[in-house]
Amino acid sequence: MQLVLEKRAERSSTIALVSPLIAIGLTIATMVILFAILGKNPLLALDAYFIAPLTDGYSLQEIAVKATPLIMIAIGLSLCYLANAWNIGAEGQFLIGAVAGSWIAVKTQGTDAGAWVLPAMLLLAAAAGALYALIPAICKVKFGASEILTSLMLVYVAELFLDYLVRGPWRDPHGFNFPTTAEFDPVATVPLLIEGGRLHLGSPIALLVVAAAAILLGRTIKGFEIRVVGAAPRAARFGGFNANQLVVLTFAVSGALAGLAGIIEVAGPVGHLQPGISPGYGFTAIIVAFLGRLNPVGILIAGLFLALTFIGGEQAQIAMKIPLDVTKVFQGILLFYVLACDSLILYRFRLVFSNRQVARGAG
Amino acid sequence: MELVEAIILSVLAASTPLLIAATGELVTERSGVLNLGVEGMMIMGAACGFAGAWLSGSILVGALCGIVAGTLMSLIFALMALGLAVNQVATGLALTILGVGLSGLIGAGFVGERITPATHLYIPGLTDVPLIGHVLFGQDAFVYLSIALIIGVWWFLYRTRPGLILRACGDNHVSAHALGYPVLRIRTLAVMFGGACAGLAGAYLPLAYTPFFIPGMTAGRGWIALALVVFSSWRPGRLVVGAYLFGAVTILQLHAQGWGVGIPSQFMSALPYLATVVVLVLLSRARTGGSTAPAALATVFVPDR
Repeated sequence: MQLVLEKRAERSSTIALVSPLIAIGLTIATMVILFAILGKNPLLALDAYFIAPLTDGYSLQEIAVKATPLIMIAIGLSLCYLANAWNIGAEGQFLIGAVAGSWIAVKTQGTDAGAWVLPAMLLLAAAAGALYALIPAICKVKFGASEILTSLMLVYVAELFLDYLVRGPWRDPHGFNFPTTAEFDPVATVPLLIEGGRLHLGSPIALLVVAAAAILLGRTIKGFEIRVVGAAPRAARFGGFNANQLVVLTFAVSGALAGLAGIIEVAGPVGHLQPGISPGYGFTAIIVAFLGRLNPVGILIAGLFLALTFIGGEQAQIAMKIPLDVTKVFQGILLFYVLACDSLILYRFRLVFSNRQVARGAG
Repeated sequence: MELVEAIILSVLAASTPLLIAATGELVTERSGVLNLGVEGMMIMGAACGFAGAWLSGSILVGALCGIVAGTLMSLIFALMALGLAVNQVATGLALTILGVGLSGLIGAGFVGERITPATHLYIPGLTDVPLIGHVLFGQDAFVYLSIALIIGVWWFLYRTRPGLILRACGDNHVSAHALGYPVLRIRTLAVMFGGACAGLAGAYLPLAYTPFFIPGMTAGRGWIALALVVFSSWRPGRLVVGAYLFGAVTILQLHAQGWGVGIPSQFMSALPYLATVVVLVLLSRARTGGSTAPAALATVFVPDR
């Protein structure tokens, strides 16, 4: 018995739309089995993960807060992946953005600086993220070094640099020796949208990013170039599109968005710079990008869904003592099913029971 | 003199997991498959290896658990990337994300536990020879195994017929298929070998390098192993050189702190990662004339019967 793939004459557009849903369904089925193995009631666990967070206002805000960095990073990554540039170091670009923006916050601490502080922080963070992403992009374009490996190595470098700053020069002298900067001044903080709530200005910014990406990809020549270079490199060469230039461009945009997400997270929900500001946003955003089919609106939905799994995971940990790592397992399995279902768009699966049948089928 | 010996010993220990994982990936890539999930398979090997050793009290059982864990992970990859023809880069990333999560789940119950690490060889007389005694005759079994492994792989790839066929699959799967070789089956076996090696390399960390397990203890070694394969230009001999060079860089940062070098420890810890970037750039630049990578690396192959 063997599994045979048959290439479809054309991409199945129905399956392209349905496949993320199939993937989510299969993931939930797998999670039910995992919960049973862990000795937890699967129904209660599913409720804690997917239903309970949707039922109160605080959790709903928290989902939007968590989805904000995921969506911003994933939009940038989707541009890279569409152009066939593999940026997987968004986590590092996120951290460097957070560090660069925090520099202004730390330097202006307690100086009564004006309202220019936050905009300057956002700009500097985006610039720093873009520059950090340009390192692997230029190494690839100029020297042919694998951008996958270099962008990833720079994540570890960024982590260590952040660690050095908050343990050394930027440590809060009144912080009881914890590795953290002092709380940012109000002018260096992302404003809240609802008094006393958690929702902050970052969420509307993320929506703007989604809209901008939708326009870029759907309505501009640059967007068309990106899609052609990724989907048909040979055709792109005949069309005179410069693939190298697009690698640099998409990496820079992607790094800028990750850096922006980083400073928004630090100056918003976290409030100060410290290690562990990201529960792996840069890596989870890869899943968001694929689950959203590299499409801006899809990414918006996928970002909210993965944010739900973060919040649900925290609630399941509190309510049912389900380990937090289950969320990561969930996300990993989800990515597998998303990719596997993508295969259905291009191929038709057939189970073949003997070699003779294969021969007859071919004849 | 004792310091030199101590440094050589620690370099050997730091290089061994890199060498084992990179050897596995070398075989995988030579068959034409790019498995970026090495880090995920390694961390699973570390968690399952420690769990196995702690529960059984035997390092050998632990090592076998690590190998089995890595192989099972690689089978998931094979099913996706070879069976369903999914993009290999994305599948490899998924494997790492899954491995990091699962290992945390499996290892959670073992954090804080300790085991007796793998014993070192001791041959009276020989091991006591100054300078070279401990280096040549005083290592743990993993170190000797890693060297046997890379020699075995060299011999297999360049001196046997199956090795030739495996390389053919990596360079031109269409021709290999036309000649009647089962390309997907050969690649699956190569992926499994890579997974077994990554699992063993991961298990080395809590079984011999440190006597405990902490989440994320592979700390990017899987990715460095992937870079090493590029560094080696897909050749076993250069892989050994590369692995020991990287081991040396890792150790340099540890000793630099001991010598009181006035550089913050985080900058020294960043050295292996920065070295990887620099090495990748220098090597890729030296090869602008043409890549030495297997020609069919990371390409999808669906046999058209």
